[in-house]
Amino acid sequence: MAQVITRPAPAAPRTRPRGRRAWRDILVGWSFILPNFAGFLLFTIIPMLTAFALAFLKWDSYGDPEWVGLDNFARMLRDENVHVALRNTLFYAAGHIPLTLAAALGLAIALNRKLRGVPFFRTAAFFPYITSLVAVAVVWNMLFNPTAGPVNQVLEAIGVSEPPRWVASRDWAMPAVVITSVWRDMGYYMVLYLAGLQTIPKEYYEAARVDGANAWQRFWSITVPSLRPTTFFVAVMLTIQSFKVLDLIVVMTDGGPGRSTLVLAQLVYREGITEGRFGYSSAIALVLFLIVLTVTVVQFRINERRSAS
Amino acid sequence: MTALVRRVLAYAALTAMAALVLVPFAWMLSSSLKRDNEVFTVPIQWIPNELRWSNFVDIWERIPLLTYLGNSAFLSVTITVLQVLSGSFAAYGFAKVRFPGRDALFLAYIATIAVPWQAYMVPQYIMMQKADLTNTHLAIILLQAFGAFGVFLMRQYYLSIPDELCEAARIDGLSEYGIYRRIMLPLSKPALASLALLTFVNTWNDYMGPFIYLTDNDLWTVQLGLRSFIGQYDAEYAMMMTGATLSVLPILAVFLLGQRYFIQGIATSGLKG
Repeated sequence: MAQVITRPAPAAPRTRPRGRRAWRDILVGWSFILPNFAGFLLFTIIPMLTAFALAFLKWDSYGDPEWVGLDNFARMLRDENVHVALRNTLFYAAGHIPLTLAAALGLAIALNRKLRGVPFFRTAAFFPYITSLVAVAVVWNMLFNPTAGPVNQVLEAIGVSEPPRWVASRDWAMPAVVITSVWRDMGYYMVLYLAGLQTIPKEYYEAARVDGANAWQRFWSITVPSLRPTTFFVAVMLTIQSFKVLDLIVVMTDGGPGRSTLVLAQLVYREGITEGRFGYSSAIALVLFLIVLTVTVVQFRINERRSAS
Repeated sequence: MTALVRRVLAYAALTAMAALVLVPFAWMLSSSLKRDNEVFTVPIQWIPNELRWSNFVDIWERIPLLTYLGNSAFLSVTITVLQVLSGSFAAYGFAKVRFPGRDALFLAYIATIAVPWQAYMVPQYIMMQKADLTNTHLAIILLQAFGAFGVFLMRQYYLSIPDELCEAARIDGLSEYGIYRRIMLPLSKPALASLALLTFVNTWNDYMGPFIYLTDNDLWTVQLGLRSFIGQYDAEYAMMMTGATLSVLPILAVFLLGQRYFIQGIATSGLKG
């Protein structure tokens, strides 16, 4: 039935009897989809549904699973690691989302021009995104070295007498991770913004110029509103990416010093895979998912309201 | 005259920006050619006094880098081939064959994007443990080869190919499999290239998969090997940078060869693996 609703009727009349043709289409269609779907069902969909069920079980790697209802969630309320990880994840997201968005938009605007050599600059800006994570982490850890690292040398040169100790300090480790992740991700979102910028008709800018609008006014009254669909998409992607941050943290700081960069996804890993507390870790994972979902839904609502007005 | 000034200013701004973005790479490369005690100097020495190319020879003896590179290459190629084949095949079913339930099924694929992998990595791990597949490459291949990403990207591309083309081929007596192989695959080369390159790079750079599943040193990928080297010899700064440089080089080569497809892949799908 869904097919009837979503698809317009084919223009040419069918030549074969309807019933046989329909069966043949089902078989052929499934034969195309099955090789991928079998793997996808087994290794993505089933684990996903299992994760949901596990959140309500008490199950450690040794014992048998036991239904405990909401106990895991009650335990999370008391678990200080969860509070710390939630706070750190929110801090990371609050830094990573706006900074990456701004950097990506800035890069895209700077590189959205027809100048010789611009493709090279675009390549340069994009390359960090596909650089191996371990290389990124080890290089930035050294750049952030508190005593002789280049970052602090530059800060001292411009007059900061006591520069932060970055990854060696509880207060500055997370900002260091945020800076690294912004550097790594901005090129990716720049590509999305460049695609968005190319859809804005040049006439808009010409008309605004004739009306005497300066560059700043043109940016706020043409570029920003025209890019709203792109910005919305980028914001959603960045949100999902920020809340599930894991690998960069594991490689760069492993949650430390102390618990200062411990994030939710890392807690899921520690509880579930290192400690073997399958039920409890799945409850944390479920909360992580619900946070991402809520933020995304809120973003959708805001976007709808703005588009309507 | 003002046009010239503006152009010079634009280039100056772009160069400053590129320098800022690329400085970490410059640091990595320059440090990889130094002695350990020359890496952290005040002021920063961008060009070493003596270029120690021997670092790039010595590292092969310090860690089994060849094994690591081989493992990374094996995993990346296998997963890429499976992803491209199964993804493009399924995408044809979703884009060009009409059958009941198709759109609902595709919705199931879409719904999974909203769920972060981190939320179900534990059940995946339990599954692999029960199947006795932990500490094998097979676990990683199975978990990563059938992602939804390939299906999305290829379906998106197939939708842009007119249905009339398939209809004409059907009238000429080509089976659906024939249309896929003789018409769709050749027409979708750019999208296939995008998918292949993105998957290859993602797998090559993946850290968490190998980190969770691979415990034996001779199964490790470059990423794991490099990370463990850093953990063990945390004062061998120059050697770390040599390793980092070597781990980035294959990606740089792949990227420069297929840059256009990367950008197209991202711009059309807006998603990553």
